Order: sequence, then C-alpha cells, then structure tokens
Amino acid sequence: MLSDLWMRTRALFRRKAVEGELDDEIRFHFAEQVEKYIQRGLTRYEAARRARLEFGGLDQVKEECRDARGVRLVESFAQDVRYALRGLRKNPGFTAVALVTIALGIGATTVMFTVVNGVLLKPLPYPDPHRLVVVRAHTDTWNAKVYGEQKFSYPDFLDCRRQSHTMEMAGLVFNDGTVSEPGPPDNENYFEISSNLFSVLRVSLAQGRAFLPEEDRIGGRPVAVLGYTFWQSHFGGRPDVVGTSLVLDQKRYTIVGIAPAGFRVSGEEPGLYTPVGQDAAGYLRNRAAQPVHVVARLGPDVTLAQAQAEIAPIGRHLAKEYADTNAGRSFLVHPLRPEVGNVGSTLWLLLGAAMLVLLIACANVASLLLARAVSRERELAMRAVLGASKWRLARQCLTESAVLGLAGGALGILCAYAGVRPFVALWPGSLPRVEQVHLDARVLAFAVGVSILTGILFGLAPALRTPARQLEQTLRAAARSVTRSSRRWHGAFVVSEICLAFVLLIAAAMLGRTLLRVSSLNPGLNIHNLLTMRVALSPATLDDPARIPAAWRDLLERARHVPGVQSITAVDIVPMREGNNPLGYWTTADVPPTNKQPIALASSVTPDYLNVMGIPLRRGRFFNDEDRLGTFPVIVVDDVLAHDAFGTENVIGKQLWMPDMACVEGKTTTGANGKAKTVETPVQCKGPFMIVGVVGHVRYWGLASDDQAQVRGQIYYPFAQVPAPFLRRWSELMSIAVRTNVAPLSVVEPLRNALRGASGDQVLYEVRTMEQLTKDSLALQRFLATLFGVFAGLALALACIGIYGVLAYLTGQRVPEIGVRIALGATRGNILRMVLRQSLRMVIVGVGLGLLGALAAGRVLVHLVDGMRPLDMTTFALVFLLFTAAALLASFVPARRASRADPVTAIRCE
Amino acid sequence: MAAPRIDLPQGTLDLLILRTVALEPMHGWAISERIHQVSSEVLQVHQGSLYPALHRLERRGWIRARWGASENNRRAKYYELTKTGHKQLEAEENEWKKLTAAVAQVLETS
Repeated sequence: MLSDLWMRTRALFRRKAVEGELDDEIRFHFAEQVEKYIQRGLTRYEAARRARLEFGGLDQVKEECRDARGVRLVESFAQDVRYALRGLRKNPGFTAVALVTIALGIGATTVMFTVVNGVLLKPLPYPDPHRLVVVRAHTDTWNAKVYGEQKFSYPDFLDCRRQSHTMEMAGLVFNDGTVSEPGPPDNENYFEISSNLFSVLRVSLAQGRAFLPEEDRIGGRPVAVLGYTFWQSHFGGRPDVVGTSLVLDQKRYTIVGIAPAGFRVSGEEPGLYTPVGQDAAGYLRNRAAQPVHVVARLGPDVTLAQAQAEIAPIGRHLAKEYADTNAGRSFLVHPLRPEVGNVGSTLWLLLGAAMLVLLIACANVASLLLARAVSRERELAMRAVLGASKWRLARQCLTESAVLGLAGGALGILCAYAGVRPFVALWPGSLPRVEQVHLDARVLAFAVGVSILTGILFGLAPALRTPARQLEQTLRAAARSVTRSSRRWHGAFVVSEICLAFVLLIAAAMLGRTLLRVSSLNPGLNIHNLLTMRVALSPATLDDPARIPAAWRDLLERARHVPGVQSITAVDIVPMREGNNPLGYWTTADVPPTNKQPIALASSVTPDYLNVMGIPLRRGRFFNDEDRLGTFPVIVVDDVLAHDAFGTENVIGKQLWMPDMACVEGKTTTGANGKAKTVETPVQCKGPFMIVGVVGHVRYWGLASDDQAQVRGQIYYPFAQVPAPFLRRWSELMSIAVRTNVAPLSVVEPLRNALRGASGDQVLYEVRTMEQLTKDSLALQRFLATLFGVFAGLALALACIGIYGVLAYLTGQRVPEIGVRIALGATRGNILRMVLRQSLRMVIVGVGLGLLGALAAGRVLVHLVDGMRPLDMTTFALVFLLFTAAALLASFVPARRASRADPVTAIRCE
Repeated sequence: MAAPRIDLPQGTLDLLILRTVALEPMHGWAISERIHQVSSEVLQVHQGSLYPALHRLERRGWIRARWGASENNRRAKYYELTKTGHKQLEAEENEWKKLTAAVAQVLETS
C-alpha cells in the first residue's frame, strides 16, 4: 500500500525523473538484445534491425508502462485543464463575457450566502454552544404574539436555580438608567445579571473578574462590569479602569471587570453589567412580574429531556405553593438559539433571488459554450476517430467548463468580498448578528462548490453533444451546419432565461408598486415639524413619587418657553417608534381571561397631545386639566376600536373594563402609633373607564405594517390619572413630543439645556423627528424594492443579451436558407417579421412558463413583506409589455442583418 | 526462427517474474532471458508486457527496484523480491498447483 502511494506520488510530481528512468531501462533492454544477436553472429546492423522489429514501437511499450503507473487519471485531467486554459486564452472576447457573467451571478449569490451564514447558520459564539439552553415559563393565558416570550420572575428563578442539579442556571434582566459619571449624563442600557452568568457561558473577562455570590444579594457591595464598547467610549480604553467607579442612577458602583470585545447576550451588548441580587426594586421581589431571561448550561452527560423532566415538578410545586401568581405556570427548557427576529425568511428570499440571477447567467454561458462546441465538432470527431472514447471527450468538455466556472467563481468571490460590507451597511435598521457576517471557510467552500456545479451545469449541453456516431459525416460536413438538436438547445436556454427573468421582474414590480402605494398612505397625524425624544428625569425626583407630577409640569413649562417650540406634550409610546403597551379590554364587567380579551394599544398622554400630534378629533372631547386623580377615570379611543367594540353606535359615554391598567386599592391599617395609615397597593382594575371622545386612527405600526397588524385599536388615558405607586415606572418610560415653528433638529440643543434640571442630570435621548420615523418605517420595503430592482435589471439585461446572442447565431447559420427565401421572392420585411416572430414565440413560451413561478413569488412576498398586495393584472400586463419590448429590441439588430442578406452570396457560401 | 508465441495470461506472468527474481536480483532483460531459457525456449516474454508487469509488481510492493551496474558496467535497474513478495509467491504457487491439478483431472476424465 505504502509503496503504491509512494510510486504514484513520485510519478505525479517527479515526472521527468520517472520518465527518464523508464527510458533508460528500455534502452538498456534494447542494447542487451542487440548484444545477444551480435554474439549469435549477426552484424550490428542486422542485430539492431531484428531487435527493433521484435520490440515493436518503443513508444508503445512506454505507453503501456505509463498506463501501468496508475496515475493516468490525474495526468489526463491535468492535461485537460492545461488545454482548457489555452483555449480560453485564445478567445479573449468570449472568455471575458463568460467570466463577467459568471462572476456577477456567483458574486451576488456569495454575498447573500455570507449574510445567511453569519446570521442564520453559525452557532453561538460561546464555547460548547450545544450544551446551552434557555428556560422559559409557560402559561396558557399568556399571549406570546403580543407580549413576546414569557420569562421568569426573580423569586422563581432563585428557587429553580437552587433546586436544579442537571443545569447551571443564570439570569439577566434588561434595564436602562442614567450614567452621570464619567462624562456628561446620558442614558445607558445595562444588564442586571446573576453572579454566574459569565461562568455559565464559559466566557472569560478581558480584565478583572466577574461578580461574586456575596455581591449578588441585597446589601451586597455595589460593583459593576463594563461592556467593552462602553469601556472604549467612556473610559478611552484606559488600562487602569478596574478599581475606579462610575455613577449609575445616582448610585456609585466600583468597577471590578471588563467584558471581552464583541461579547453579546441575546444579540445585545449593554454598556455595563450589575448584580441583579442587589436591586431591591419591587418587581424583582414578587412572582407576578416576569422580567428575568434565564440561560443555563446542561451538566455533563445530561440530555435536554432529563433537564426538562427535572424542572417540570419544580414548576408544579411552585404553582401549588403560590397559587395566586403561579397558577397554571410551567417551565420549559429549549436549546439556546441565536436571536434573529424574523429576518430569516427575508434573507432566504434574497438568496433565492440571487440564485435565479445565477441560473440566468448559467444559461447565457451555456448558450455561448454550445455555439463554440458546434464550431469545434470537427476537431472532436477527429479525436474520436483517433481512438478517444466518448467518455474521454465528454470529460474534457466538462473540465473546460469547470475551469471556466472556477475562474468566474474566483472573480465572483472577489466581488463578494468587496460587496459584503456595503450590503450590510444598506440593510434597513440593524442586522442581527452582523458581527458574524464575513467571508469564512464555509462561505468559500460554498462559493467553490457552486462554481464547479455551475461549470458542470453549463458544460452539460456541449458535453452531451460529443460525437460518437456518424463521425464520417461530421468530418465531411461544413463547420457551419447546425443540426436541429442544437437549435432546440439554444431555444431552451433562451426560454429558461426569459422565464427566470420574468419572475424577478414581477417581484421587483410588485415591490415597487407597494412602495409607491404605502408612501402615500396617511399616517393619521401631522408628521412635519414634530420632534420626539425620550426623557430621563433626575434620579432624585424618581425616588420620591410625590415630586414626580410637579417635576413633569415644570419640565413641560420650561420646554414651552424654548424659542421655536410651538407646543409640547408628554406621551409614553410614540407612533412608528419601538415600544408599545398592549392591553386587553372588554365592554362589560365580567371580563374573560387574558388570552380571550381583544387587545388595544394603550397610551398615556397629557391634554395637549391631540394638538401637538395633529390627530383629528372625531367626536366628543379630548382630556383637559379636570381629568386627574380622584375624578372618574376617562379614556379616549380611536375610530378603529370604537368600530371593533361597539360597531356603528355612538360610543361617547360608553364604558370599557381593562384589568391590566394601572389601578390601586387603598388599605387602611392602624399603625404602631395608633394612627390610621392608608397604603395603596397595585391591583387589577375592577372598575370601568368612560369613553369621552373618539379620535382618528394613527398608523402606529408604520405606514406599511399597520393595516395588517394584529393590534390596531388605540386607547388614550390621562397621565394625570396614573396612581402614585406607578408614577416612577411610568416616568421612566415617558417621552415628549414637540411641535416646532422652525426646523425640528435646531431645537434639540436648546431643549437639552433648558431641561437639564436643577441637579443637571436630566437627560434627553433617542431624539428623532417624526419624518425620520415615518421614513424608517418603510426602510425594509425600500431596501427590498431597490435590491430586487437591481436583480431584475441584471436578469433582464442578461436575458436580452442571451436573446441577441442566440438570434444572431441562429440567423447567421440560416443565411443560406434566407438567401433561398429572398431569391424565391420574400421581401426584407418578410424576413424581418420572420425573425421577430421567432423571438416573440420564445418570449411567450418563457413568460407562460414563468407565470407559475411569478405567482409563487408573489405569494411569498405577500407573506413576508408588510403592505404587499397579491399580483394583479395591471402589474402583470405592464411587466409583460416591458419584457416584450426589450426582447424585440434585442432581436432587432440580428433580424435586420438577416433581412439585409444578399441572396447571391448567401447561397454561394454553402 | 522464433517458435510460435504462446500468450501468457497476466497473472501467470507475475508468478513467473516473482519466481525468477526470488533466486537472485536481476534486471528486466535478464528476467526475460531466464524465463526463455528455463522454459526450454517455449515462453517468450514480450517487452511490452514485461515492463508494465514489473512496474505493477513494484507498485504493489512485491518487488523492489535498485539501480546498479550490469555485467558490462552499464547502468541497469535491478529487481529483487521483498518479504511480502515471498509470501505472495508462495500463495500464488500453491494456487497454480491446485489449478493445474484440477484442470488435469477434468481433462483426463472427459
């Protein structure tokens, strides 16, 4: 075995030496044979002649030896490759066109695959990611579509972590706060984590250490770990940061560590991490709130099923013990997957479109190769006569096309390398896992594989035509004769190109029409000269709920005096911006369970809201200063909700029950000093809310997405009627909307200065104009329309080039026939029409075949992209006309040339 | 002058080569001469089959090649049997004996 391998390797790489040895050996044998005959008595001349006759051909012997060497396959393959490269060099025009075509197709496909690979296919960047799981709670009444996945309550998490032996569980809570030191006060996202999060994920910190268990409880020392980007931006990446401190929400934390670069959890990188156990906030101490995201690592040799089997009884036990909060709540263990939202389907769609372009490019190159193969038929026939097997010739053709495919693919990979960054930059919004999107081994393997496959694909047609029978006729015939089967192939290629290009054009047209349509939709408010921003009140104010209403009044008053500000309102959720507050409602007092209630978006506002936003009032009134705590709870609904809940009746004065609204119950107890003390505790709302007005509907979810959204009804309620225990949480979520007399962005700095507050730590962040938000709500539609437009344009161009090329070739072959026709009386117009009719026939067949594909593509797009309407006749007719016009244009030149043929020369040149 | 040539099947040629080389290392021409002599000039090995066979056997590891000086001081490639070649030779000899005995039996009875 080893000697076999050794000899074969030697034969491959030291070919000259091996050939030389063989030569020496054979010559020696020949010389000895001559000697023998000389000794027998013959003359030297006769001896040599005799020996030569006996030997046969020296070269034939050598050939047999070469065959015995066992490297024939590789050698002939190398020979084929060299021959293919020579052939490509000899036809630079053909090679250039083919290479560019293939490079475009493979480049586009590779870019899309790079994105798909990075976002969807790569595993999580933690060590041993398959042992990581996420643990979720599950309640039947939880509406996951509206509220997202159900998470854990903190006490539940602690119990499960303590009792579980199969998993090591860690938790994190998303939060944000004001960092006032170092640097100017600014709002920052941070994660509150259990002390073992870094060890569960097996991530070692860039500097310092993670939290200790004794820091992860009430009264623990305030410590923080910095995020890498935060360390770079706020501390300049200084090496001596560990041990210094920062101030978050007016509390000083000592920095004990720095997270590694690029470290993310749930796709997010926060500014810093703090221990969750230290946070004394109420929502972390009760079992009703579920803010904790739980990840866990399975123990060695533990399966998912075992972990699930262990945690189920723990859940049941907790459900029994805390029946008022945990009833019906079970715990589920799932493998931890990267969070990518729903970009997955869009990415696969784009990959599919890129592959369509690649297929069209293949058809084009196949056509070119076929034309070239026909002109080489005589050469191949000669080789077949000389003894080459059909398989050998076919292999050579396939090798040639594979070489072409690989060369084009290499070019395509270069294009992809240049094109990935711009593509990612143009993606609307932020692409999840964007840091994983780059060319790596898997992408390169994909690109090389696709190149070879496309090479074989477009090499099939010429390879299948290698001559085996009728060699004599092929040798004798003129090199320009085109058999009927070749015409059929060419026709098939063009028809398939037309079919695919048509599908892409329809998709692009549908997207374009959608974009036009949704851009002109009425957002429901006046988006011009409107500024929105989030507000973080001074942490000192937030600590004392009694001061909060006054602080807001003061803030709004100051803002009104800033030059350029026309009016201002406070609101918690802003249309077309992230953040929403879905609540269930009911029209009578016996409210069904949560998952059966219809859901609306609830928004708390100040009385100026309608004026500032420019929303029309349809009936009744909006809020005024009379609506405050102590007066009857009032709400205003939009016309969509009025219609959904009450049909065509007049809703003014009607009532709605909303259990999840902010309500409190006062409990009067006798304190230690004998005095009566009233304590207000948050409860579910039992009383009704009265509708006092109806306003116009606002396209809250965006211009394109709102009409199909699940939750469309809108309810407004006065911020002044939010009970005191909720004021802190509400204030953390409140934003302001400002209507300006001047360009909105010019007012931002004056506002920031005016609203800094007495202690200078009130922050305005996430500043956006309403026009920006509206434009961004259409970003995906715009992106897809542009991208598909580019693909469709490419496809159309390739298809037209294909039509032109094939028609030029076919009519060129038919010149003798055309000459005969002209001689028999056909006019130039007849010939022209004949060729154009041929082209039109191909278009109609191609479009007919493409219709099914176009309908399917339309369905997929409607499903994936908000705002799309199914394919209609107008779009279809427009695209069909466009295509026909382009095809006829492409066919015009060959048709004219054919009609100009001189019959005499045409017939003579046969 | 040359007797009518009997074409050797490939396997048999391998056996003969191995047997010849087992006695002492030889170059290709000497092997062909020796076979010719020992078979009373019945078997004539053609160069077109000898050298491919030698290279095949070398690839399989049953013989080993060495360049050396011939009797008249010219450069020649000598082949000798390897250990695995010895084993292969034994196995093939046994097989040959069994085969010929069986064929002889069939020819006698019919």
